[in-house]
Amino acid sequence: MSVIEVQDISKQFGTLKAVDSLSFEVQQGDVFGFLGQNGSGKSTTIRMLLSLIHPSSGSIKLFGLPLKEHRNELLEKVGAIIERPDLYPYLTAKEHLQLFAKVRKKHITTSDINATLEKVGLSNRSTDRVQTFSLGMKQRLGIGIALVHNPSLIILDEPTNGLDPQGIADIRHLIQYLAKEEGKTVFVSSHLLSEIEQVASQILIIHKGKKVAGGATRQLLDPNKTIVHITTLNEEAALKAIKVSTFANYLLPRKDGIYFCMPQEQIPLLHKALVMADIPLLNVETKNSLEDYFLQVTSNTQ
Amino acid sequence: MWKLISVELYKIYKRPRTYIAFGAIAALIVVIQLGLKIDGESYSGFLMKDINDTLSIEGKILNGYLICYILLQLLLVHVPLLVALIAADMISGEANLGTLRLIFTTPYSRTQWVMAKFVAASTYTILLLIWLAFLALFVSIWIFGTDDLFLMKSNYVVLITEGDVMWRYVGAFVFAAFALMTVTSLGFLMSSLANNSIGPIVGTMSAIVFLTILSTLNIPLFSLIKPYLFTTHMNNWKEFFDLQVNADNEAIKGSILNIAKIKNSLIVLTLHIILFVGASVLIVKKKDILS
Repeated sequence: MSVIEVQDISKQFGTLKAVDSLSFEVQQGDVFGFLGQNGSGKSTTIRMLLSLIHPSSGSIKLFGLPLKEHRNELLEKVGAIIERPDLYPYLTAKEHLQLFAKVRKKHITTSDINATLEKVGLSNRSTDRVQTFSLGMKQRLGIGIALVHNPSLIILDEPTNGLDPQGIADIRHLIQYLAKEEGKTVFVSSHLLSEIEQVASQILIIHKGKKVAGGATRQLLDPNKTIVHITTLNEEAALKAIKVSTFANYLLPRKDGIYFCMPQEQIPLLHKALVMADIPLLNVETKNSLEDYFLQVTSNTQ
Repeated sequence: MWKLISVELYKIYKRPRTYIAFGAIAALIVVIQLGLKIDGESYSGFLMKDINDTLSIEGKILNGYLICYILLQLLLVHVPLLVALIAADMISGEANLGTLRLIFTTPYSRTQWVMAKFVAASTYTILLLIWLAFLALFVSIWIFGTDDLFLMKSNYVVLITEGDVMWRYVGAFVFAAFALMTVTSLGFLMSSLANNSIGPIVGTMSAIVFLTILSTLNIPLFSLIKPYLFTTHMNNWKEFFDLQVNADNEAIKGSILNIAKIKNSLIVLTLHIILFVGASVLIVKKKDILS
């Protein structure tokens, strides 16, 4: 079942097209990594998913229902943290959760609130005012607000901002726990690509408001599609040798160097073939992380 | 809806800024009451100096009722500025904090949130007015006692008997509630237009000052628009303290000289409230939450 269905949405701010005909689907139980550079349209898309921004065109469905017509009913099932953890400085952590529990249709008990505080590691600071909190603590409280009503869909925009390495690991474990143990759908955007790589089952990369890549993480980072970049003292000779070899099929049409997309087991053979052809090799670099993939697809569409 | 109102009231209650207005009103009233208690004789002597030769007044002129009237004349001009501190911050303050996106992703419509915020801001305004009434009327009565209310208008005097005063104050405070709620709704409208707190607060205060000047200037050009300005009507609580007279020029107990003027002012103020709040709802509904 699709929890999120985005059909051809666009958002225009004056002359700037922040999101351009974007379509994607998120299935129930997915951890969906939403990636893009700064200004690529991630936050605008997330704000449209939460009806904070009205799309210029296109449609959004959550849980199979149009967001525009069923906004209130649908937002009851959604918990979200958007960009910065902006909170009321004069309220305590517990008061924040009580306040946001109150505006939910379902009854949320004090023990639910305490459990949420425990879940985000703020039990011992629950009665402290937020103005005394570090950025990381505010971020955790923001996640607590998103979780307090036990939503089916959790939208987290940069949830690891301001967190220390332990805090980042805690959020990663929390996302994994929410998806695996509680069957929740998590839509997460982050700049920490290594973190997304570890948790996301599906990935969507956008650039300048447009979708540039997407699919299952395993397929995108398929070892049969490892990116190989070679550096040589004589690029012209290298290309000449490659084009008459069996590796010509793996060559990528790039102008910024010699790149291949090939199965991992072929890499030693490529190395050997280049040496045998007397190509003065300086470096053979394999790129198969999400970061490499992200940089590859976004640089291709500059 | 009640849930949203209680949430908004809770936020107002927890904000330190809320108490500035209550403190400022208390400080002003106490200082004036103290001054009149210590040197009230010379003050009332000054008031009466022009009519002492023609009128002989018995009893206590400087009583709680007169003190309250003096305080209302002084303060009801300034209270709108204090009201603006909270009302003009209700939406823009949240936009500035970034919390608007938190509340607008809850399962309630923006219209419901805006209305809840307006009700909460109006509750604050009315509580402020009750506080003002308590200090200005009841504390003054406690300190200075009661007697007939003797008021000097521009070219005549009004004497309202002791038993005929209290209901007039009730009427005046209800009227003042409408006037201040108009200010609240103006602050609200300003608040819906901005993403920072200072602009709408200063904007509301400036608008009140500007419109008050237009309302008081006797220039024919402005006379055309004066009846439509809410500031023209805000001070008409004083109409509760003007009495009709009979053929013998005696004041008629329980009467109001110009009740139509009060009704007209209430209608103008109510229309302004509807206009300002309606515009706020429309603006917030259309707004993209980018902050």
